[in-house]
Amino acid sequence: MAEIAMEGLTKRYPDGTVAVDRFDLTIADGEFIILVGPSGCGKSTTLNMIAGLEDISEGELRIDGERVNERAPRERDIAMVFQSYALYPHMTVRENIGFPLRLAKVDKADSERRINETAHLLDLEELLDRKPVHLSGGQRQRVAMGRAIIRDPKAFLMDEPLSNLDAKLRVQMRTMISRLQKRLGTTTVYVTHDQTEAMTLGDRIVLMRRGVVQQIGSPEELYDHPCNLFVAGFIGSPSMNFLPAEVTDQHLTTVIGDVPLTAEMRRAIADHDAPKELILGLRPEAFDDPRAGRRRNFDGRPHTFTGHVDILESLGSEKLAYLALDDSGAVQSEHLAEAFSGGTERMSLQLVAHLDPKSPAREGEDILLDFDPSAAHLFDPDSGLNLTNSR
Amino acid sequence: MTAGETARTGADGNGGGRTVSRGARDERRLGLWLCAPAAVVMLLVTGWPIVYSVLLSLQRYDLRFPGRRAWIGLANYGTVLTSGFWWNAVWVTVVVTVVSVVIELVLGMAIALVMYRTLTGRGLVRTAVLIPYGIVTVAAAYGWKYAWTPGTGWLAGFLPAGSAPLTQHWPALLIIILAEVWKTTPFMSLLLMAGLALVPEDALKAAAMDGASAWQRFRLVVLPLMAPTIYAALLFRILDAVRIFDDIYVLTNGAQNTSSVSIIAYHNLISGLNLGIGSTMSVLIFLGVSVVPVLFVKVLGASAPGQDRGR
Amino acid sequence: MRGNARARWAFLDLLVLVYALVPVVWIASLSFKEPATVGRGTFWPTKWTWSNYSGIFKNDDFVRGLVNSIGIGLISTAIAIVLGTMAAYAVARLSFPGRNAVIGLSLLISMFPQISLVTPLFQIERGLGLFNTWPGLILPYVTFALPLTIYTLSTFFREIPWDLEKAATMDGATPLQAFRMVIVPLAVPGVVTTAILAFIVCWNDFLFSISLTSSNAARTAPATISFFTGSSQFEDPTGSIAAAAVVITIPIVVFVLVFQRRIVSGLTSGAVKG
Repeated sequence: MAEIAMEGLTKRYPDGTVAVDRFDLTIADGEFIILVGPSGCGKSTTLNMIAGLEDISEGELRIDGERVNERAPRERDIAMVFQSYALYPHMTVRENIGFPLRLAKVDKADSERRINETAHLLDLEELLDRKPVHLSGGQRQRVAMGRAIIRDPKAFLMDEPLSNLDAKLRVQMRTMISRLQKRLGTTTVYVTHDQTEAMTLGDRIVLMRRGVVQQIGSPEELYDHPCNLFVAGFIGSPSMNFLPAEVTDQHLTTVIGDVPLTAEMRRAIADHDAPKELILGLRPEAFDDPRAGRRRNFDGRPHTFTGHVDILESLGSEKLAYLALDDSGAVQSEHLAEAFSGGTERMSLQLVAHLDPKSPAREGEDILLDFDPSAAHLFDPDSGLNLTNSR
Repeated sequence: MTAGETARTGADGNGGGRTVSRGARDERRLGLWLCAPAAVVMLLVTGWPIVYSVLLSLQRYDLRFPGRRAWIGLANYGTVLTSGFWWNAVWVTVVVTVVSVVIELVLGMAIALVMYRTLTGRGLVRTAVLIPYGIVTVAAAYGWKYAWTPGTGWLAGFLPAGSAPLTQHWPALLIIILAEVWKTTPFMSLLLMAGLALVPEDALKAAAMDGASAWQRFRLVVLPLMAPTIYAALLFRILDAVRIFDDIYVLTNGAQNTSSVSIIAYHNLISGLNLGIGSTMSVLIFLGVSVVPVLFVKVLGASAPGQDRGR
Repeated sequence: MRGNARARWAFLDLLVLVYALVPVVWIASLSFKEPATVGRGTFWPTKWTWSNYSGIFKNDDFVRGLVNSIGIGLISTAIAIVLGTMAAYAVARLSFPGRNAVIGLSLLISMFPQISLVTPLFQIERGLGLFNTWPGLILPYVTFALPLTIYTLSTFFREIPWDLEKAATMDGATPLQAFRMVIVPLAVPGVVTTAILAFIVCWNDFLFSISLTSSNAARTAPATISFFTGSSQFEDPTGSIAAAAVVITIPIVVFVLVFQRRIVSGLTSGAVKG
């Protein structure tokens, strides 16, 4: 168990591309850190640099205060779980799990005991004498976990460990990993491209884009106070709604009517010397159907507007209403294009509202919605910066 | 062995690039050292003899009359290129190559389809087909020789009495082609079957839904998708067929004008002990064979095997 | 309908079986015929005998040829595998200048007409005292087995999941340990397959063997057979040639049948992607 500190960690390839640009982070002992971002954002490269599988071009990596840049992976005392699991196909589960101990020349009895303990912990006792080919995806994943935890390393590195599992199993394993990490209290760095995994697992999330860290914070911080358009668009499912908004004296003029400016908005606009054209960001959860009763207390006066329900998805515990907006509703920003893997068109021509299951909304009918303007975010379309972010 | 260490940094997947660090330099050095022994052997055993045979081809050099050895420029080439025997051998080689490769392609494709699609006995068929491949060429050639020998052979028995096919030019050539085809078609069909496996089942189903008949599916979906495999298989086989030696040596030993270029060069060397002429033929054969892959790439636009296979 | 389709395929299967097996059965049948009955031209022996086999094993030249074939084949294969494994590993896994040159060179040699080598090698080996010796045949055999070895093995090497090597280093293995404990066990099947293919190439050779030897000191079995004459043991060599053909074929057929699946994948690996 250890503290991992990264200072200006940079990965530069000979052709000049910078995969990771001045990565700064100190991971506390026992902390669960998630590296998340779209593919090619540098999250795996960062992980590989911590592991020692890739050279560090610049910067310093310290484990428990000691510089380890030059150390080989095996001298760093870190375990890693691979996306492909990387189980040794010619070894049984027992031999796979025991492999690190065999390399460390742990004596037979001790190693046998620890293998059994680990197997018990991961519910692998029945499978110890099988070869990896005869295991299911979830079982293989657990063996890979076992091989990582058996030697009680200073830290776990996990590279998309769940992405080869089907959806249901992924949720199960997510809980298992979370429980295991809390129980063992081992510092963990976990790489994923899936924002749901990031939100549910980590103590802190590091969101990366094009090799640059966008924001570091707890899941709540990233959700409630995204520092820019990219973070706002990436975190949350369904994604935040983005609408073009024109600033006038008293209002924001948008396709969903004139939204009154809150005091906070005024301050933000003044502080940042913001342009007239902004982007209004509203989480689907910010909307309410007044007919279904109010779910939260509004600080100010709610803004009410009418929309046409195109599609209504009923998920049992909640309803998602997709409102059609006219074409002027489309927001064009390169910051968003990357955050949505599916492209911006679908997301921006409509507005998604998260409704109470009791809402009487019907497909093809108009609906009255309201939201609290103080829950809205204002973004600068050019820099992508969140102007209303108080921090 | 430090292979693991250097290899690891080198083969590092997704990025593609790598730092020109000590690791990369080590990797280069290791790569060169690992390849050196194989490259040296291959170069020494082929490179030097090629140069040497060019030198020999410019000399009058007959082991029966070593005293008359002399540099004579291109005279040997003149001798060979004006010889009717040589051109007949070239003709025989071309005929055998073209006819047998065409038959092998068609027959090989048929066998490949049977092996790939058959509903029963798939394992048995695939095993059986390997047997001709496994047989030593010379052994198989003797089988064919005796099969067509009057009196001895079961196949000769089907012919009109008194005929001896191996003593006539065309029948002998046909038997040579038969022996060649029989032995090498399985190899062709294995390659083609591997190519068939690359055709996605879904594409065939989609074509069937689009109303394509079985023949149309084969011609419009399977063949285009298999084209690279077919080109590669053809190239392999053509280069192999022009070297034909064993079958002819056993079946006719070049009698009735059935010598291939390999046979005629061999006879000039071993029976004739004429190093000058033998080497001239060697050089000509080497040059002739070198043209094949070039033609292949030019005419068919096929990529040479081995391209695009690296990382 | 369904049964009909099965019957049709079964018929086609049968055709393929006939194609593949009848010529083989014919040689075998010939080898069991009494010398006196060979001239009758029947497909099956009218009178079965082992005498052809006992005859050839009493023939010193043939036994010597077998010994030469096995010895030269094994040594050539071993050398080709060692050199080829090194080169294939480099080609598959390392990036270095000259990598494409090695691939190109082996490709060139695999297309090379052997006869073009025979004349110069004949003269060179006589000069070096290698003519009619084991090394004299081992050299060209290794050379022609190497391209095959490099090609097939580099395909096998590419298929090894190299994440395992990373995993081993993360598990605390030194590079040598990672290689020895993880990579080697996974590479062995590929090496065995390649060795069999290389051995078949050497065993099957005829041209070098008849050209670069002059006695039974190094002449391999296929070449020895072509020197069988009626006068040595029997009047008519047909039966003994057939028996010898069967004998030299058996080991390869056994190899091929036992390692069937692997050999097919080894044979086709180079071509499909190419």
